[in-house]
Amino acid sequence: MGLKDDLVRPSDATSDAGTVDVTDEARSVFTTKLEKVVNWARAGSLWPLPFGTACCAIEFMSVVSSHYDLARFGAEVVRFSPRQSDMMIVAGTVVDKQSPILKLIYEQMCEPKWVISMGVCASSGGFYRAYHVVQGIDEIVPVDVYVPGCPPTPEGLIYGIMKLQEKIERGEPSRYQAIQAERRRAHPEERRVVAG
Amino acid sequence: MAEFVRDNLLNAFGDAVLEAIDERGDLTVWVARDRVHDVLTHCKADAELSFEFCMDVTAVDYLALEVEPRFAVVWHLYSLSTGKRVRIKTPVPEDDPVVDTAVDVWKSTDWFEREVYDMFGIRFEGHPNMKRILTHQDFRGHPLRKDYPADLRWKLAVPDDLVDEMAPEELERIRGRARRRLSD
Repeated sequence: MGLKDDLVRPSDATSDAGTVDVTDEARSVFTTKLEKVVNWARAGSLWPLPFGTACCAIEFMSVVSSHYDLARFGAEVVRFSPRQSDMMIVAGTVVDKQSPILKLIYEQMCEPKWVISMGVCASSGGFYRAYHVVQGIDEIVPVDVYVPGCPPTPEGLIYGIMKLQEKIERGEPSRYQAIQAERRRAHPEERRVVAG
Repeated sequence: MAEFVRDNLLNAFGDAVLEAIDERGDLTVWVARDRVHDVLTHCKADAELSFEFCMDVTAVDYLALEVEPRFAVVWHLYSLSTGKRVRIKTPVPEDDPVVDTAVDVWKSTDWFEREVYDMFGIRFEGHPNMKRILTHQDFRGHPLRKDYPADLRWKLAVPDDLVDEMAPEELERIRGRARRRLSD
């Protein structure tokens, strides 16, 4: 975990090392930055919001069920309210008729928020190069991690979530925050206050 | 197997039946467009036929065959009591793409006909709510027509009002119920 990089073991241990035989680990303290602790905590407790529209959602179900057990990654609290979640997993084909609904739900999520595009339909339209399907949900919402596959295996989605966790722990801005920052740089005159 | 269905229709509508094709027991009956509503009514009401179940309404675009008329509307009927099936087809010209509705015969054809309208642009005369059903309100054109570019998209900015998808009288009934609930 990222926290350990900053682990500092003071040479002058403050405990009574002379009298009691304890391990180094037990009597060590470490210093870190608040930001790092917050990122570490965020990465370890993602609250997923499934936007399941197709077979990918079935794979998602198996990811959160006992066999693959997403709880091991601290992301088992699946919420069906965007206001209670911070990681939207778009699992399945999104058609044009549905796209404003997807955007609305995304906008209802509190920041910081992340989006995982699960499967090729959500990532690029997949084999639906047709009149009715969004050719990648990044037309509508900023995507942090793309998971390929049709559908991706549960391991694939877990790998995607781990990649997102790594990104959060590194302190990288979410795709949404990056886009906002880019916009502020490009249009400083707008002076719009954007959270995050 | 399908002889009695064919003979029944030929006896009742000899002048309106353009062609009856019995392909390995699967009967297809081509009917003139102005008589198709009578034929469908007969198919359900006739005691011998009793096609109680309209399984699907769809259409065909014969653009590549360069035939006139360009479209055909297709009804797939099934009789729950005799276990027989029949396919009724009618030619529809491009410059006047209108067919009589069958909603008064089978209520289930309501959404099928809206789908045919949405995908092929063929209107059903007398339908209670003739509007798009699968694509959204900002969509232009009819995507299953063979001259529609397969990947031409129309973006939608505001969600469609899904309640509006219902037939007007159904919508009024639900709104009335909601009003009563609110006034209580």
